[in-house]
Amino acid sequence: MGSSERSRSPRPAPGRRDRARHGPGQGEGEGTPPGAPPGTRPAAGRVPPGPSRPGFWRSPLRGPWLTSVLGAVLLAGVTALIVTGLLSYAAYNPGLGTPNDKTPDKGWLGFYLFAWPTDPPWLYRLTQGVHVTLGVALVPVLLAKLWSVIPKLFAWPPLRSLSHALERVSLLLLVGGALFEFATGLLNAQLHYIFPGSFYPLHFYGAWIFIGAFVVHVAFRIPLAWRTLRGGRLRAELRTPLARTEPEPPDETGLVTPRPAPPTISRRGSLGLVGAGSLALLAVTAGQSIGGPLRETALLAPHNRDPGPGPNGFQINKTAAAVGIRARDISDRWRLTVRSGDREAVLSRAELLELPQHTAALPIACVEGWSTEDQQWSGPRLTTLAALVGLRERPPGVFAESVQRRGSFRSAALRENQVRDPRSLLALRVNGADLSADHGFPARIIVPANPGVHNTKWVTRLTFGAES
Amino acid sequence: MNARSSRGAGSRYGASPLHLLLVLASFALTGYAGIRLLQGDVLGIVLWFAGSALLHDLLLLPLYTAADRTLQTLARRRHARRGPHAGGEVHAADEPGQDGHGRGRVNYVRVPAFISLVLLLVWYPLVLGRVHHYTAYTGLDAGVFWGRWLLVTAALFVLSALCLAVRTLRPRRRRADAGTA
Repeated sequence: MGSSERSRSPRPAPGRRDRARHGPGQGEGEGTPPGAPPGTRPAAGRVPPGPSRPGFWRSPLRGPWLTSVLGAVLLAGVTALIVTGLLSYAAYNPGLGTPNDKTPDKGWLGFYLFAWPTDPPWLYRLTQGVHVTLGVALVPVLLAKLWSVIPKLFAWPPLRSLSHALERVSLLLLVGGALFEFATGLLNAQLHYIFPGSFYPLHFYGAWIFIGAFVVHVAFRIPLAWRTLRGGRLRAELRTPLARTEPEPPDETGLVTPRPAPPTISRRGSLGLVGAGSLALLAVTAGQSIGGPLRETALLAPHNRDPGPGPNGFQINKTAAAVGIRARDISDRWRLTVRSGDREAVLSRAELLELPQHTAALPIACVEGWSTEDQQWSGPRLTTLAALVGLRERPPGVFAESVQRRGSFRSAALRENQVRDPRSLLALRVNGADLSADHGFPARIIVPANPGVHNTKWVTRLTFGAES
Repeated sequence: MNARSSRGAGSRYGASPLHLLLVLASFALTGYAGIRLLQGDVLGIVLWFAGSALLHDLLLLPLYTAADRTLQTLARRRHARRGPHAGGEVHAADEPGQDGHGRGRVNYVRVPAFISLVLLLVWYPLVLGRVHHYTAYTGLDAGVFWGRWLLVTAALFVLSALCLAVRTLRPRRRRADAGTA
């Protein structure tokens, strides 16, 4: 990324050249800590050789300006990730208890939870598509930001004061938290479950640790970043080619090398490099969330092709075989049991098809970021099924259970606003054909703006007024 | 950071009291979330959390820095062997240190390599076929990603080569003000 660390190209003695360029008292040599006031020259022997010496890091691009630009992009991008992430957590309606709640000991961390709406029906498609796609596209920016501040990791002395020590701990939480969140998110989106535990608590509690450190970091650094970025320097840098690229003047941040190597890329070039990385990632990812003809453009994203032709040829989260659905589980002997208190109705699929059928155009949107366009689902409304067990006015929430016997999302609770939406169906057919086994035959839940895994497939029992 | 430190306790702490309050508030939140995060595989989670930072700072970054330096050394050696005036193109822009053109050529390898590697870093489980249940879960063929990544990489290098060819063949006078990268 634009560096030419420890380049050995012929150049004047470092000290003399730097003094000539930046005035006396700066860049005396490798032993001088960054920001040392003129005249103070600690014994060079006190700084161990290696990366703790300011002159070890030689990229002329490093400095408060580049770090501030990358920081500003991350401030906006990460804030969007935090907001969409917290919304996704709310979309699971963890307030309804198990099994919706994957983090039952969350305590006050769920302070902001609210009843997830059903309008607009593409809400979760949008928020989660943005969360995952933006997270993917921000990876080069995060890497560049970490590259730009790497000399600070080795700054000498390692601990200058109590405040410095606390700040370094906070920075470990910031960097560790960011990489932990990106790693767990990217791995989960690729179904690569190698992280140490369930994704939901890891990504949720890890996010709160990161948020704490992120707020502190932004509060401490925003004054410097603001001072650095105002004044139209961006426009000037965008007009500066490699031939005129200069190191930044030495300052107290410790980012500017006292021994700059000749630049091999301009600052605008390095920003272009990062931007090109982000655009490339966006290009090979976004299609799985946009769908339609653009799905195939998501060359490297997991849900980049339709699984087959025909009415059921749209994205599958987990196939029937993958979760152990057997032929006899969904054969003619399958029945749906609808309950409320001690009232119960048992229906075959043929009987369900005799109930009033409604059609709703709704997408499937997954926490992994991919989604489908609207599919034409049809079947009885959830309110119709509630009426079968005496709940004709204002039905309560419902607990839906699948014939699936293993896996973490074989049942889910729906809130009353979800049950009462006229587009919320027990779908029997999709796009004019019977559901396929992989899409939940004989019957599945479909609710607008609901996270995909809560649209329970292979439903066998609906219990109104129960949450688990 | 330390600009506002005052006398007494403040100077011993090294920053303003507001700094201390904010850091402590964040550590309290870390503790509250951390206790909950560490339910379960404590060692594994700590290793992932701290290990991700160490892995990046002490392995990934030194590795790509070393790779980049090697690339630059190779580019410089080639430049030196051919000589800055090779091919009859005597021009100030090719003098290292005078203009960025000679030094900037390394970017024609650096840019496609960076994009290709960052694609691999993000999507490596699929590209390298690490997700064994991918086909069973999604009903999609898992074998396509490796070939696609190679083709994308090839396309990036071809595109870069075309850019370099255009730049090299462009009339010499226009290169004087060519802002490389």
